[in-house]
Amino acid sequence: MLNSTVTELSAALAAKQVSSVELTKLFLDRIRGLNGKLNAFITVDEERSLAQATVADERRARGDAGPLTGIPVAHKDIFCTRGIRTTCGSRMLAGYVSPYDAHVIERFNAAGAVLLGKTNMDEFAMGSSNETSHFGPVRNPWDLGRVPGGSSGGSAAAVAARLAPAATGTDTGGSIRQPAALSGVSGLKPTYGVVSRYGMIAFASSLDQGGPLAKSAADLALLMNAMAGFDARDSTSLERPAEDYTRDLKLELAGLRIGLPKEYFASGVDPEVLSRVREAIRWFESQGAKTVEITLPNTGLAVPVYYVIAPAEASSNLSRFDGVRYGHRAKDFADLSDMYRRTRAEGFGAEVKRRILIGTYVLSHGYYDAYYLQAQKVRRLIAKDFSEAFARCDLIMGPTSPSTAFALGEKSSDPVQMYLNDIFTIPAPLAGLPGLSIPCGFDARGLPVGLQIMGNYFAEAKMLGAAHRYQQATDWHLRAPKEAPL
Amino acid sequence: MSLTPDQLQRIALLARIAVEPDEARVVTDRLNQVLGLIDQLQAVDTGGIEPMSHALDAQLEAQQRLRPDEVTEPDRRAEFQGLAPAVDQGLYLVPKVIE
Repeated sequence: MLNSTVTELSAALAAKQVSSVELTKLFLDRIRGLNGKLNAFITVDEERSLAQATVADERRARGDAGPLTGIPVAHKDIFCTRGIRTTCGSRMLAGYVSPYDAHVIERFNAAGAVLLGKTNMDEFAMGSSNETSHFGPVRNPWDLGRVPGGSSGGSAAAVAARLAPAATGTDTGGSIRQPAALSGVSGLKPTYGVVSRYGMIAFASSLDQGGPLAKSAADLALLMNAMAGFDARDSTSLERPAEDYTRDLKLELAGLRIGLPKEYFASGVDPEVLSRVREAIRWFESQGAKTVEITLPNTGLAVPVYYVIAPAEASSNLSRFDGVRYGHRAKDFADLSDMYRRTRAEGFGAEVKRRILIGTYVLSHGYYDAYYLQAQKVRRLIAKDFSEAFARCDLIMGPTSPSTAFALGEKSSDPVQMYLNDIFTIPAPLAGLPGLSIPCGFDARGLPVGLQIMGNYFAEAKMLGAAHRYQQATDWHLRAPKEAPL
Repeated sequence: MSLTPDQLQRIALLARIAVEPDEARVVTDRLNQVLGLIDQLQAVDTGGIEPMSHALDAQLEAQQRLRPDEVTEPDRRAEFQGLAPAVDQGLYLVPKVIE
């Protein structure tokens, strides 16, 4: 059961081979046994999970069950959940219990899924290694001395270690895809506007997008069916007809045009990562897909653009944490202004403060045009690169991350080295495009490698179809890490 | 562009984040590393390019939603104030600003 996909668990629940209470207990036991080692969860409330599982079993008994009814799902601690704390990985919100549920949580509740717990993450989703969490780093289940990736590192590690069959994440510059790659699981960042941001604690609002992490692409499709959909409370939520994300799982690969951006296969990428990615692409060719060399010439500018735009938006979004209405408040202060300054100095960690300061700087008088406006213009050039590329291909493939999982502490003293790690995941959200990562093999140290598949706007079903076809022919996604034996 | 510790203190004031004198040097150095990265943008020719403020700006502009001006949220003041560090008689308390 631990190594089963959501699709399989859903069938087992429907066939009454297992109850949701049994399944939830199985995963809660597993969390109890392994979370001390991995630190993937910040909060687990067993009683609450089991109560939800009981309700799911009753619902099934009434004949009112859907595909996710009774399935335990872990949620990144960025999604507000009523009645169980939401910390966003920060001291600022260490004791915060939201008075409302995020739209994504409402959707999973409506589907009858069981909330298994809240997963660890980089503080306010700012990080690529899960080392900036106030609650300590998450350890990679493939090698405890290495990072799981970030910022959705707890969700990725939880799915990888089989502590949860599925989890939610959010992706601003790669925070679903990069940890999925480094932890050996599948993860999807949808087109901007497909999943509501209501109740998803804001980092950079023009980029933030929620999405699922699971073992398989077919599972991601099932989870997307629950997560996606219009929500009037998010002003950027798109009003579109409901989609069935499983509809293209039998995608015909013959004739599929796969674009290979030459910038993604350049020097600077770990040769073992490139080998695994090329092997995966050769499999697609063996099924009749055609590869096309494309160019995304502004790829190298994506990281600098991102580190203007994301901090600028963050500096505005995080101004709400002022110690007045909720969250941490400093104990000692001289006056109101000092209270704000000390509250924020104490409540935020070093990386969050750094990004707020950068954002404040690039938006300040005299620098706005040179930095912020210029970054927005280059952002359009990056989006244009993609629209020209998608005139020549159906999907784009390449590595998700230039390396496999790096060691804890290896990049934490040099922010720029950490940022450059996201070079292949940052471009898609700048353009608003969907991207996913699936496991495509291992390096010589036994660390997982991720294949990234990007598509045009609203091409999620096709991307998931290509990924699913690959996963039917390979078993990389079903391998369990050695630090979390089944 | 490179920041001095004095400029850092001005930005820190704007951001309402206290930066203690003993950490100012390290914070300034790290910020300057990041500014070195983003300074690459200065060399890009963006003549005639419209700034892109949003991922789907074209689509979003086409469908800006409006709703009737009606009250849609219930009053949950007591519940919300339960989260605050200090409240009194339905008001959020902050240090005295006017003597």
